Amino acid sequence: MFPASFDYHSASSVAEAIEMLQKLPDAQLVAGGHSLIPAMKLRAAQPANVVDIARIPGLDGIERDGDDLVIGALATHAAVADSAAVQGACPGLAEAAAAIGDIQVRNRGTIGGSLAHADPGADYPATMLAFGAEITAVGPGGERTVAAADFFVDLFQTVLDEADVITSVRIPAAAGTAYLKHPHPASSYAVVGAAARIAVSGGEVTACALGIGGVAGKAVLADAAASALIGGAASDERIAAASARIGEALDEPLGDLYASGAFRVHLAGVYGKRALQIAATRAAG
Amino acid sequence: MGRYVGTSVKRREDPRFIQGKGRYVANLSLPGMTHVAVKRSPYAHARIRGIDASAALEMEGVLRVFTGQDFKDGGCGSLPCGWLVPDTQVPDRPIVVIDRVRHVGDSVAVVVAENPYVAADAIEAIDVDYEPLPVTVDARGATDEDAVQVHEEIEGNVSYTWGLGDEEACRKAFAEADEVVELELVNQRLIPTAMEPRAAAAQWDAAAEEMTVWTTSQNPHPIRLLLSAFTLGIPESRLRVISPDVGGGFGSKIFHYPEEVIVPWVAREIGRPAKWVATRTESQQTDSHGRDHVSVARLAMKSDGTFTGLDVETWANQGAYLSTFAPLIPTALYITLLSGNYRIPGIYGKVYGTLTHTVPVDAYRGAGRPEAAYLVERLVDLAAARLGRDPLDLRRQNLIPKEDFPYQTPVAFLYDSGDYEKLMGTAAERADYAGMRAAQKQARAAGGLRGVGVVCCIEASGPAPSAVAGSLGSAVGFWESGEIRVHPTGQVSVFTGSHSHGQGHETTFAQVVAEELGVPIESVEVVHGDTGRVNFGMGTYGSRSACVGGSSLVRSAEKVRAKVLRIGAHLLEAAEEDVVYDQDEGRVHVKGAPDRGKAFGEIAFAAYTAHNLPEGMEPGLNFVSFYDPSNFTFPASSHICEVDICPETYEVGIRRYVAVDDVGKVINPMIVEGQIQGGVVQGVGQALTEAGVYSDDGDFMTPTLLEYAPPRADLLPGIEVDRIETPSPHNPLGVKGAGEMGTIAATAVVANAVLDALAPLGVTHVDMPLTPERIRNAVEAARGA
Repeated sequence: MFPASFDYHSASSVAEAIEMLQKLPDAQLVAGGHSLIPAMKLRAAQPANVVDIARIPGLDGIERDGDDLVIGALATHAAVADSAAVQGACPGLAEAAAAIGDIQVRNRGTIGGSLAHADPGADYPATMLAFGAEITAVGPGGERTVAAADFFVDLFQTVLDEADVITSVRIPAAAGTAYLKHPHPASSYAVVGAAARIAVSGGEVTACALGIGGVAGKAVLADAAASALIGGAASDERIAAASARIGEALDEPLGDLYASGAFRVHLAGVYGKRALQIAATRAAG
Repeated sequence: MGRYVGTSVKRREDPRFIQGKGRYVANLSLPGMTHVAVKRSPYAHARIRGIDASAALEMEGVLRVFTGQDFKDGGCGSLPCGWLVPDTQVPDRPIVVIDRVRHVGDSVAVVVAENPYVAADAIEAIDVDYEPLPVTVDARGATDEDAVQVHEEIEGNVSYTWGLGDEEACRKAFAEADEVVELELVNQRLIPTAMEPRAAAAQWDAAAEEMTVWTTSQNPHPIRLLLSAFTLGIPESRLRVISPDVGGGFGSKIFHYPEEVIVPWVAREIGRPAKWVATRTESQQTDSHGRDHVSVARLAMKSDGTFTGLDVETWANQGAYLSTFAPLIPTALYITLLSGNYRIPGIYGKVYGTLTHTVPVDAYRGAGRPEAAYLVERLVDLAAARLGRDPLDLRRQNLIPKEDFPYQTPVAFLYDSGDYEKLMGTAAERADYAGMRAAQKQARAAGGLRGVGVVCCIEASGPAPSAVAGSLGSAVGFWESGEIRVHPTGQVSVFTGSHSHGQGHETTFAQVVAEELGVPIESVEVVHGDTGRVNFGMGTYGSRSACVGGSSLVRSAEKVRAKVLRIGAHLLEAAEEDVVYDQDEGRVHVKGAPDRGKAFGEIAFAAYTAHNLPEGMEPGLNFVSFYDPSNFTFPASSHICEVDICPETYEVGIRRYVAVDDVGKVINPMIVEGQIQGGVVQGVGQALTEAGVYSDDGDFMTPTLLEYAPPRADLLPGIEVDRIETPSPHNPLGVKGAGEMGTIAATAVVANAVLDALAPLGVTHVDMPLTPERIRNAVEAARGA
C-alpha cells in the first residue's frame, strides 16, 4: 500500500490553499485524508501535489446561528456527532455523522472532505438534500453558496471548480429529522441511507423531505414520497403509503456484489419509511 | 485443578502486544536492506508474450528486476505439494511463472529496490504483454466436458479422486430407507484475514555461507525443510528460519509460498539483505483460500428417525495449483468427519479435487471439518423437518452413546471419548431451549421470523499419528518436539516445536512445565519459532499444540523429574524409593520427613557442578522428547443460536449464542474461552458475511476489505460459553484441541437458525453467506413456487 510519488504542501489559509490549487499542477486537497489517502494507497488516485488544509485555523467550528447550524468544513464527523448544538438543532445530522465508518474514520474525516468527495455511499449527502443545507465554498472568484440540491452532480462529482475550497455548511435547525442506514458489511458505506425531515403543524405535515443515499450515483430526493405525506397526519398508514413511492426517485440504482440495485431500492423503501416515522415522532415532539 | 494447570493465568505475551512491542517480520530492519515487490497478474489465465522491464530499471533506486527464467536458471525448484492421496496429479508450480499465469495474483516478475515506494513504482512501470485466455473458475464446472483446461497434462481438471466408507452398506441403507432427504449446497470460498499480512526477509552471510530467513510461518521447521530440499537448495545446516511474533494465521501461514523463496534467493544474488511485506490486497489475492466446495448429499433414515445411511459427493476447488497440504483438507479431514456425532452405519463419501483459474485453496481454520459439520447438520435439520420432529430431539436419538467409546465410525476414525448426551443436555439447559421454542411460537404468532438453531459437532484435532498420516498421503510426520533445559540456577527454558501466533503458548506451556516440575511459573520461559534455537518441530495447526506439543513437554518433564529425584535421593543419602518429588513445592524430600529435602534449584545446581552425582550419571539437566500421538483427539460441541430476521429487510440479528464445548481437560480456561469465542465469530462470518468471489471471467472481485467482509463485533451479542470435560485417554494431559471447535459449530448453527426462521415461508435452503438479499430472493422464490 505505497502511494505514487507526490509533493506535499500545507496551506495556512484558505487564500493560500486556493493559490496552491491554481498554481500546482494536478493538485488535490486533503483534510482528514479518509477518502483521498486510501485511494492513493490503492493507486486509484495519483495526484502530483497534495494541498493539506487541516491546519487552517477557524474552519472547524460548529455553531448555532439563529435558526441555522453553521458547521466549518474541517469539523470532524466525531465532533458533529458529539455536538450538543447539532444533537439539539438537527438530530438527524448527528445520527448521520455517528453512522460514518468507524471511530478512527470519524475522528479524522471532515464534513467538507466528505461533501467534496461525493461518494455515492457517503452518509452526509442525503442529509444535506433532505435538511435543506447550503454549502459555502471560496474560489479564485470569491465566495459562493450553493444549495445542496444543486451541489451534487454525479458519482464523485460536484459543482465545485478545481480551485474551490469548501469553508462551511449551513443547515436549518429542524427537530423532525432522522437518519438511518444499512451499512455495507465490509466497507461500512451506506448500501442505503435515508434522511428524513418532517415539520408538523396542527396535526398536519406541513413540510417533508426525504433524501436517499447509497442507491444511485448520487444522493437523491424522493419527492413523490415526500409530497404524498404533506397535507395530512403523519400516521403510520400515511407514511407507509407515501413510502411506497420512494422507488419512483430511484430509476437508476447501482448494485454491487453485496446488494443489487433492485434490492437497494427495496431497502430504500423500508429505511425511508422508518426514517420518516422517527422524524415524525420527533417533529411532534 | 493443579497449581497452574486448570487456572486462568493471564497471558504473558499480551503486555508486549498491547504496547506495540511485538516483533514482527515487517518491523525488521537490517543494515543495507533492500525491498522486494512482486509484479502480479491481473488476468486469471493468460500467455505471457513478453516482459519489458527497461523503464523500471531506469528508475532511481531500482536495483534489479528478475523474471521466472532467472529463478529457474538460478536453481530455484518448484513449490512441492506435501500431501498426495493415491494417483494425485500435481501441476508444476514455479516460484515465478515463465510463460503462463493461472490466477489473478500469480507472480510474474520481481523488483528489488532501495525502498518500498520505489519498488511499487517500478512494479507499475513493468510492461507485460499478455494474451488473455479463457478460464474456468467453478469447483464443479471445472469438470464439465467443455471446461477450459488449467494444466494441459491434467485432463478434465481433476487432480485426484478420493472415496472412503462402506459403499455397499451405504447402498443398502438407501435401498431400505423409509425416508431420504437430499441437499445440494455450496460451501463458499473464504479468504483468511490474518491481522498481519504475510512477509519474508532474508540475510545471506557470504563468509559463513549461511542464510537466515524470517517468515510469517506457523511452522518454521517444515518451511526450512522445503526450502532446503525443494525450492532454495541451501542445506538445512546452513539455513536458519525464524518466525517471530506472527499476527494470526488461521491456517493460511502453514504453507510454503513463492515469496519465501524469492526473498532469500534475491538476498544471496545481490549480496544484500532483502524484505518483502504483502499489502492487504496481495494477501487477499495470494494467501491460500479456504473451503470452496460444491456438494450433493443424501441422508437415509427409518420412519422412527434412526439414521441409516449418508451418501456424499463433493467437488473441492483446489485452485490453479496444489498448495502445500491442499489434498489433505477435503479428504482425510472432511470425508472422515461425515459421521458427525451420530451412529450412521452406511456412510460413503467421494471427493473430486478440481483445478481452476483461482488462487490455491488449502487449510483455513477448521479445514474440512466445518465443511463436514455444515453438510451433516443441515441434512439433520432437513430430516427433522421431514419427520416433523424437533431437531434437538432427533439429534439426541441418534447420538453415539457414552458407553460406545472408543467408537469406530464407518469412515476410518476411532473417536476417543465423549459424552454427547450430556453435551447437548448442557447446551439445552444453558440456552433454555424449551423456553426459546415457546418464545419462537409467540414471535411467529406476532408475525416475526424467529429461528432457533441447534447443532452437535465433532472435530478431529491434534494431528496426527505419523504412520497414519503417512498411509493417508502425508510426506511428513506429525509428532512434536519439546525440550526442557533446566539452567544451573533452576531457571527453566522450554523449547517447543509448536508455534504461537495468537494461541498463547508462552503462557499455557509455561503452566504445563511449571506444574510438572513444581517450579514457579515466573522461572519458566518458552522459546519457539526459531530453527536455530529449537529442535526440529512440526508447528501449529489442526488444534494440535496442546495435544501433541504439550504432551512432548510432559514427557520431557517426566525425564527431568526422574533425574532430579535420583540426584535428590543421592544428596539426601537416601534410597530412591525412600524419597518423593513434591510437585507442589518443587522439592525432593524423604518420605514422611518433609524437612529432610532438597529444593529444585539446589538439585539443578548440583547437576551442573557435578561434584557429587550418583555413580555413572552424566552432568546437566536437559531433556528433549519427540512425542508421536497414538490417535487424533475428538473434541465435540453443542451450540444453540437464536435469531430474528427482519420481515421487511431480511437482515439477520443474532439474539443469543450459547456454546458448550468439550475440549477435554483445560489448561487455561480463559485462553480456551477466548479460542472458542474467536472461533465462533469466525464461523458466524462464514454464515453471514464472508465470500471470496471470482467472476465468471476469473476476475477477483474481493481484493480489499471494502468488498470482503470479515465479521465485526456488532454481528454478535455476547457469546455464552460453557463446557464439559471428557479427558482424552490418548495423551498425558487429557486435552483435546480447542482452536477450531468454535468455527466448526458456528457456521452450521447460524445457518440452521436462519433456515429455521424461514421454514414457515417454505424456504428449505439458502447458500451462504446468508445476506439479506439472498434470503429475500429465497423467500420470493418460495412464495412464487
